[in-house]
Amino acid sequence: MRRVVVTGIGVICAAGRTTEEFLQSLREGRSGIARLRAQDEWGLRFSTGGEVDGYCAADYFAPKDGDMMDRFAQFAVIAAREAVKQSGIEWTQDLLENTAIVTGSCIGGQATEDQGFWDVYKNGKPRVHPMTIPKTMANAGASAVSLEFGITGPAFTVATACASSAHAIGQAYTMVRSGMADFAVTGGSEAPFSFGLLKAWEAMRVVSPTICRPFSKDRNGMILGEGSAMFTIETLEHAQARGAKPIAEIVGFGMSADAHHITQPSAEGAAKAVRMALRDAGIGPEQVGYINSHGTGTTVNDSTETRALKLVFGEHAGKITMSSTKAMHGHTLGAAGAIESTAAILALTNNFIPPTINYSEPDPECDLDCTPNVARAAAFEYAISNSFAFGGLNAVLAFRKI
Amino acid sequence: MPDEMSPAMTAGDDLTTRVLRIIAETQRKDPSQVTIDSSFEELGIDSMDGVNIIFALENEFNINVPDEEVKNIRSVRDMVEGVRKLVVGADPGSDSAPAAS
Repeated sequence: MRRVVVTGIGVICAAGRTTEEFLQSLREGRSGIARLRAQDEWGLRFSTGGEVDGYCAADYFAPKDGDMMDRFAQFAVIAAREAVKQSGIEWTQDLLENTAIVTGSCIGGQATEDQGFWDVYKNGKPRVHPMTIPKTMANAGASAVSLEFGITGPAFTVATACASSAHAIGQAYTMVRSGMADFAVTGGSEAPFSFGLLKAWEAMRVVSPTICRPFSKDRNGMILGEGSAMFTIETLEHAQARGAKPIAEIVGFGMSADAHHITQPSAEGAAKAVRMALRDAGIGPEQVGYINSHGTGTTVNDSTETRALKLVFGEHAGKITMSSTKAMHGHTLGAAGAIESTAAILALTNNFIPPTINYSEPDPECDLDCTPNVARAAAFEYAISNSFAFGGLNAVLAFRKI
Repeated sequence: MPDEMSPAMTAGDDLTTRVLRIIAETQRKDPSQVTIDSSFEELGIDSMDGVNIIFALENEFNINVPDEEVKNIRSVRDMVEGVRKLVVGADPGSDSAPAAS
């Protein structure tokens, strides 16, 4: 099978509006979590989130173009532009026809939908905006990326809640590896900050009223975030032929379903996905130098993920190095797999381990090394990124230094 | 000695009945299966079910149960007592406040 490499990365999230800014945040353990813009008006039980501070569509889009996209699709285009630029790809008609787009989104443009429903239910308006449907659809990000570059190859969107973009990248990887596409733009995007959706998260009682502290004994929930990360991927041969410099290689992809509970995670299901990714990569547990964990900061996720890693890594578990970067950028739902894969690749290529910030107290149920609070220098060959979604659908990606 | 029950006790029992009914309805159980001494295990109540029941209780009694209270609820009795505390603590006039303003 063909080897697949990442040749471009783009990211926009609370912890950085470009890959370079994001890298700085990861190195410095800098959080982008802040008080929600509309907190006073919404009056929720939680008050913070990972919003892209000061984001203004007009900085990136002509007014008419921006009007055609929900915020989540705008983020997808912004990240894709940066990735494509870094890849140095020169589009030809043939390449545009053979490029794939696979994106992940959990909730699509629901802020647009929320506004429309607010208008008719609450404001008593007789009609919603005609763009409500095309801005809300979860594939609007993939469609916007195709329109941006004129890409006409296979394009679609994957929705598996918090694993959406990990599944999306995995799909694009298998498509390029198998020869279905020569080049792909893949990742995910999300923009979950609307009143209706935040009320729904509030009702689940999994959002922290204070701060996100993954793996810390006093953790009390997740913090939501928005943003996007996109990769350009292609075969190693394709990259070399055009003189492009590969950033990292995608070497493994594992998936599983827990068949356990609609919201409670299962260590066995998560472990199965990790094992499958390692098997696909053809590597042993002791070769993994860094794990970007799912690490949401909820009581149940972090202890279950710890048990899952112990199932896979066995005696070696005490030596693994992992972290959750969610405390810096928030849980970006359908974009999480892509943003956290970006963190894993940046760690791999820049020889460091991003920290789990806000860590204050060891928990016997989360007793693996989560790189508390401060980044650490480390050179390693392989990194993996874990994504475990509500609904028990898991996806794990493995990357190799190149 | 039911004839000696105080009005407060009667109201309390009514509250208990309502909480048990909401639990039964949310869990799709026959009301006869739910007693104040039922364990969550017997009723098949997991953490998501617990959150769903508390949502139904908030609507039934027009109360707000804080997240930190939810963590301490581990039995049907905890639910009944938790609701009682919030109902007794609530200002009975608060619902009519908008009309008075």
